[in-house]
Amino acid sequence: MYQTTYHRPASIDEAVSLFAKASDPKYLAGGHTLLPVMKQRLAAPSDVIDLAGISELIGVEASGDTLTIRAATTYYDIMTNADVKKAIPALVHLTSLLGDPAVRYRGTIGGSIANNDPAADYPAAVLALGATVKTNKRSIAADDFFKGLFTTALEDGEIITEIGFPIPERAGYAKMRHPASRFALTGVFVARIKGGDVRVAATGASQNGVMRVRAIEAALNADWSPSALDAIGISDADMIADIHGSAAYRANLVKVMAQRAIRQAG
Amino acid sequence: MSTIRLTVNGKPVSVEVEDRTLLVHLLRDHLGLTGTHVGCDTSQCGACTVHIDGRAVKSCTVLVGQANGTSITTIEGIANGDELHPMQAAFRDNHGLQCGFCTPGMIMASIDIVRRHGAGLTEDILRQELEGNICRCTGYHNIVKSVLDAAGRMTAAQAAE
Repeated sequence: MYQTTYHRPASIDEAVSLFAKASDPKYLAGGHTLLPVMKQRLAAPSDVIDLAGISELIGVEASGDTLTIRAATTYYDIMTNADVKKAIPALVHLTSLLGDPAVRYRGTIGGSIANNDPAADYPAAVLALGATVKTNKRSIAADDFFKGLFTTALEDGEIITEIGFPIPERAGYAKMRHPASRFALTGVFVARIKGGDVRVAATGASQNGVMRVRAIEAALNADWSPSALDAIGISDADMIADIHGSAAYRANLVKVMAQRAIRQAG
Repeated sequence: MSTIRLTVNGKPVSVEVEDRTLLVHLLRDHLGLTGTHVGCDTSQCGACTVHIDGRAVKSCTVLVGQANGTSITTIEGIANGDELHPMQAAFRDNHGLQCGFCTPGMIMASIDIVRRHGAGLTEDILRQELEGNICRCTGYHNIVKSVLDAAGRMTAAQAAE
């Protein structure tokens, strides 16, 4: 690997202090985005600070109405966790569609949402479930966390410590997978929050990254069924257009994936 | 330079190396274990798959600093002396390889798949789980045949223990 200085702190405080001292540092979790990006020379951090060895950042807890997943918990450990399976099975399904088995052993939920790739899966779940992102400094509501392409509310040096998911009444996720990269051509997470409100988030679709889909939320609030979306048209105004699909194709996928996600949620 | 301590194929290893070195380079260039291949170098093809603490991961996308203190198993470490691992034997018996470049990664990934699914492993599950390992010779038919054959041998051996 190209020149960089590797650090493996044992605590969050140590990680923050290493970050403050370095000239151009990056945090490393599973490394399955950062290391490929470094190989391509799209990033050349002076220091990489590995968060995966910090035991307080790993683990899952369910208590009352909240499922808490600590940030450096790997995809594999999330999808095989009994509390996650029981509380939010849609999260297990989403995780099983992510990358491949070897990647799922390394990737972490905190790494995924801190990176906020516009086609990543976890941002859709975090936003649709109305989760709270906790950091070493504060709590950030999902609606305030994602700020567009590869951009979040995180400040320089701030570390995500855990994500608190309100346990929904029902939830589902459906994704049109890119067959080579396994990223979402479009993925939609639907959730009926306890108390009745519906929240829907789409990833891989918009040029501005993960987004709420208000038209679908309104229709599902009135009638929680796939057919409630039959007459809905999604605007292709800000949709991604590339060799894999046009803006209109992705706009249609938002609707179709939402319908499949509702079927899955039941 | 850092001192990296690992267990590799059951033996303790201590190497002076930059901790930003990729694990696959440590295995191949420093320890001479060239059975682990570098294919795409972008964590897509799976030719570099090894086990870290029993989990099959892509060693082209792990820094040795991240692996410090772990136990690594490579393709060189799975046979019992001259007796091939059941997965290796099944690949040979079922013509599961042609050029052989992807084979070490296929075998390391497949051992992990069989370990996780045991007797519940079906062809459908296997084809999905092998998606992180790419073969450019044969397609996958004989590879799938090999792994299912090995799964039978491995679960039978476990049951006999």
